[in-house]
Amino acid sequence: MNCTDFLSQLTDYFDGQISPELLEEVRAHLAGCSHCEVVLNTTRQTIEVYRDHEIYDMSEELRDKLHSAIMTRCMQKKRA
Amino acid sequence: MPTIQSTGTEEVHPDVALVERAREGDTAAFEQLVRQYERQIFRVAQHITQNREDAEDITQDTFLKAYEKLDQFQGNSKFSTWLVRIAVNESLMRLRKRKTSKTVSMDEDVQTEEGSIPRDFAEWRPNPEQIFDQNELNDILRRTIQGLPPGFRTVFTLRDIENLSTEETAEALGLSVPAVKSRLLRARLQLRERLSRYFRQRKEGTPA
Repeated sequence: MNCTDFLSQLTDYFDGQISPELLEEVRAHLAGCSHCEVVLNTTRQTIEVYRDHEIYDMSEELRDKLHSAIMTRCMQKKRA
Repeated sequence: MPTIQSTGTEEVHPDVALVERAREGDTAAFEQLVRQYERQIFRVAQHITQNREDAEDITQDTFLKAYEKLDQFQGNSKFSTWLVRIAVNESLMRLRKRKTSKTVSMDEDVQTEEGSIPRDFAEWRPNPEQIFDQNELNDILRRTIQGLPPGFRTVFTLRDIENLSTEETAEALGLSVPAVKSRLLRARLQLRERLSRYFRQRKEGTPA
């Protein structure tokens, strides 16, 4: 397995959807390739940092405003 | 009025009962669905459009459309996936309106490998949280995801931020599973590369 092959397996690797044979190959590649090891670690950190930080959360005030607007508009519409 | 089909052996999602009640005119049931998903729909819309006002409008329009089309919800997907699909379509439509010169679709930007080939091989040490305060970090994360092509941004948002499965993401976007996987890989690698500029371990003696 070379670095390109490794990258092509990265998504399945993260999803745990990789066959045992391929997993062995991925591990063997990682053991000998520090670059891919860094890519693996920092890609995992990329996902985690976005999961852990809600960058677009709404304030309670905005939520209440939006919620009222949604319900008002829906109630004005008679469902077909 | 069509009835929602359940698959029999699987446990029926509580949303199914709420949708049934809402269809029969129970406003409180629909309001409960709105409460459950308004935050998520807003986040999805804001991630795709990168614009707060657009996200507010899209959140309203999504629920209004869902309300009008409740009878079309077949129940063979989750109600939340169905909602997200409406929100994604509304968001992409907004982007198209805003960018008159460039088309915006889920199919663009897939031919190029640019930015998806790893070039930065430094570990992130210490953790980003140890280098930046909350506001700085959020600012970096926002700016970085903003730089992704909309199609990649959308897949990353649904799969990695909203935690939809690959299959649900494919369904919400009208893409095949392999297409989702390919976009997700590129999105993750591009974000990783861009974030590395901020988070990479500095060599000793190098100014931060």
